[in-house]
Amino acid sequence: MPELPNMKMTKNEMPTQEPKVRAHNFKEVAMGYDEATAIDEAKRCLNCVNYPCATGCPVKIHIPAFITKIKEGDYEGAYQIISKSSSLPAVCGRVCPQESQCEAKCVRGIKGEPVGIGRLERFVADWHMAHAEGKEEVASANGHKVAIVGSGPSGLTCAGDLAKKGYSVTVFEALHTAGGVLVYGIPEFRLPKAIVKKEVDKLISMGVKIETNIVIGKTITVDELFEEGFEAVFIGSGAGLPNFMGIPGEQYNGVYSANEFLTRSNLMKAYKDDMVTPIMKGGKVAVVGGGNVAMDAARTALRLGAEKVYIVYRRSMEELPARKEEVEHAEEEGIEFKLLCNPVEILGYNNLNDKRDPKNGFVAGIKCIKMQLGEPDERGRRRPIAIEGSEFVLDVDTVIMSIGTSPNPLIKTTTKGLDTNSHGGIIVEENTGRTSKEAVYAGGDAVTGAATVISAMGAGKLAAGAIDEYLMSKK
Amino acid sequence: MFKIASKKVLNPTVVEMDIVAPLVAKKAEPGQFIILRVDSEGERIPLTVAGFDREAGTVKIIFQIVGATTELLNHKNAGEFIEDFVGPLGVPTETDGLGEVCVVGGGVGCAIAQPIAKKLFENGAKVTSVIGFRTKDLVILENEFKAVSEEFHLMTDDGSMGEMGNVCVPLERILASGKKFDKIIAIGPLIMMKFVVETAKKFNVPCTVSMNPIMIDGTGMCGGCRLTVGGKMKFACVDGPDFDGYEVDFDEMMTRNRIYSDFEQKAREETCNLLKKEVK
Repeated sequence: MPELPNMKMTKNEMPTQEPKVRAHNFKEVAMGYDEATAIDEAKRCLNCVNYPCATGCPVKIHIPAFITKIKEGDYEGAYQIISKSSSLPAVCGRVCPQESQCEAKCVRGIKGEPVGIGRLERFVADWHMAHAEGKEEVASANGHKVAIVGSGPSGLTCAGDLAKKGYSVTVFEALHTAGGVLVYGIPEFRLPKAIVKKEVDKLISMGVKIETNIVIGKTITVDELFEEGFEAVFIGSGAGLPNFMGIPGEQYNGVYSANEFLTRSNLMKAYKDDMVTPIMKGGKVAVVGGGNVAMDAARTALRLGAEKVYIVYRRSMEELPARKEEVEHAEEEGIEFKLLCNPVEILGYNNLNDKRDPKNGFVAGIKCIKMQLGEPDERGRRRPIAIEGSEFVLDVDTVIMSIGTSPNPLIKTTTKGLDTNSHGGIIVEENTGRTSKEAVYAGGDAVTGAATVISAMGAGKLAAGAIDEYLMSKK
Repeated sequence: MFKIASKKVLNPTVVEMDIVAPLVAKKAEPGQFIILRVDSEGERIPLTVAGFDREAGTVKIIFQIVGATTELLNHKNAGEFIEDFVGPLGVPTETDGLGEVCVVGGGVGCAIAQPIAKKLFENGAKVTSVIGFRTKDLVILENEFKAVSEEFHLMTDDGSMGEMGNVCVPLERILASGKKFDKIIAIGPLIMMKFVVETAKKFNVPCTVSMNPIMIDGTGMCGGCRLTVGGKMKFACVDGPDFDGYEVDFDEMMTRNRIYSDFEQKAREETCNLLKKEVK
C-alpha cells in the first residue's frame, strides 16, 4: 500500500535571508530546502500517470520520476534522472520561471499551490554537488568534431549533450570566463558564480574543451572553423547590442544599459571594494523595464548602496514579465515600482556659470509620463497610452536601461550564407535549430532575441540532437 | 595566459610591448583594437593595435601609463604573462582607394596613427604626417613616421623639439598652400581631433577620427562605448572605432570619458602604493 500524498495546499516555504539583511549583501537570497523539507514537499506530488508537468518543461525532465526518488531518499538517483534531460540542474532550479512552465501544469495547482518543482530540482542538484564522488563519465570518442560559439546556457547544453554522445566538442567564448549570461548577467545573490563554475567544470571533466578570449566572427570566422576540421557549428552567441529608448539625455554620465551595469558588478566584480573596475554606487537609481534583467539590475543597485531604487515600467503589474519570485523579493527589499510610467527624457546637470563643475554632464533626474492601458495589441498585451500633461520628474543620479537587446552583427556580417530575419535574429528550422548554412545550427537569444535561460537550453538540446543525426547520417 | 615577448620603454610614460597572440596577429589590421586584462582580478581595457608580426605571432601594443591597469601592466616584463588578450576587435581603418592622405597623430595616439600611415604607404599612397607632443621627452616613433611619409612635421607644445605649436598649425598651412588630400586621418586626444576636424572642415577635406571610449567587452554587449555620430547612437566597438569626424559629437564624448576620473585617480594611487610595497 503506497503512502498517501501530503495534501497540504501550499508549498513548503523557501528559507530566505531576511530582506533587510540581504539588501546589503551579495549572498544568495534563497537558501534552499533541507532534506526533511524536500521529502515533505516531494510527498505533495501525486505522481500523475500522464505527468502534465513535464510538458511544461522546455527540456522535458521526467519530473514525477525524480520526485519519487526524493521521496525514497535516493537523491543521487533523482539527480541522474534530471541530468538525462538537463545539463545545468543547479542553474535551472534557481532561475527558471517555473510558475509559467512545469508548475503551471501541475495538477496540485488547480486547487492550491503547485508542487515546488523548481525548489526540489535545486535541492537535488545541490545535494549532488555536495555529495557526488568521482569524475563524470567520459563517453568513448566517436571521432567527430563540433564547435560551439558562446558558453551561455544554449552553448553549454549543446556541448554537454554532444559530449555525452562521444563528440569532441570545443566551446569558444569571447569573454575571459565561461558561462555567458550566467556569469555576466545574473547576479551572485540569485545564482552564485561558484555554481556556474561547477557546472562548467563538470563539462570539462566530460572532455569538453573551452577556449576563452576568442570572438567568433573576429578572431576566427565560422568558415575557418570548418577549415580547421570542425564538422558542425552551433551558434549560441546570445543577445547582442543593448537597446536604448532614443529619448533625449541617454548620453549623460550615469545612464547605463542593464548589460553594462550588471557586467561591471557580476563579471568584473565591481561590487567588491578591492576591484579596479569602477561602477557608480549609491544615490538614487531608476531602472527602466520590467523583465528579470530589470529586477536583477535594481536589486544589484540596492546592494551596491543605493538609497532609493525605482523600477519604471510602462504597463501594470499584471503585464510585468519578470519571474514572480523576483518581483516579490524586490518589493520586500524596498524597491519601489513606478508602474504605468514611461520615461520621456533624462535630465542632466549643467552648471552654466562653471563649465568645469565636475557634475556637469551627469544625470540629474528622469522625466516620465503616466500611462493608461488601451486595447490589446496583436500579441494580446494591452497597449500603454500616454496621459497627456501628466509628466513628472523622478530625482535620480543613475538610470539603467533594461529594455531588451538587438542581435549582434559580428557573426552575421562575417558568415556567408547565414540568413537572418528583419530583427537580425538567425533564422532556424524550429525543430532542429538548423540554419540556412550547411552544418550550422543556432539557438538561444541569437535566434529569439532576449528570452529565458531554460528556453535557450531547450534550443541547445534540440540542436545537439539534430547535429548528431546530421553527422551520423552523413557517412 | 599571453606571454610578453618584448618590452621597450619609449619615453617616461609610454611603453611598447609585443604580446604573443598568434590568432590575433593573424587577423589584425591597422585601426583595430584588442582588450586585455593584466591579472585575474584586473579590469578589461581596450588598446589599439600598434603593429603585428604575423609570422612571429605577436601583436604590438603601445600604452601610456595613466591609470591603475596601465601602471600594473608596466610592472610586467618580457618573459612574463598577462591574463587575457582578445581581438582583433572593431573595423579596420579604411585605406583602400586613397591616393594622398594626411595622417595626424597626437601623443600616444601616434602609436595607432603610425601603422595606418605605414599601411597607406605600402598601398602606394602619398602620406603627409603631422605628429604632436607636449614636449621633447614624450616624442615617439619619429623615425617610423619619417620612413613612410613624403612630408613630415613634428610639433611640440613647448617648442623643445621640432616646431612649436599644435598639429593644426602645419595642417592649416599645408591646406592653405593648396595641397589636396583625399582624406585626413586623425588620432589623438579628443580635443586635438576636434580641432583637426574644424581645420579640415574649413578646407572641405574629409576627416576620419579614431575614438577610444570606455569599454568592457568590446563586442557590442555592454553599450558603454556609445557615442553620438550624425545625431545617431553608435557603439565604438562594433561600428568603429573610426568615424567620420564631421559627424562626431566630441564635447559629449569628452564628458562621457570623464565619468570615472575620480575613481581612476584613486585607483592609480592605490596601485602605485601597492607596487611600492612589493618592491620593498
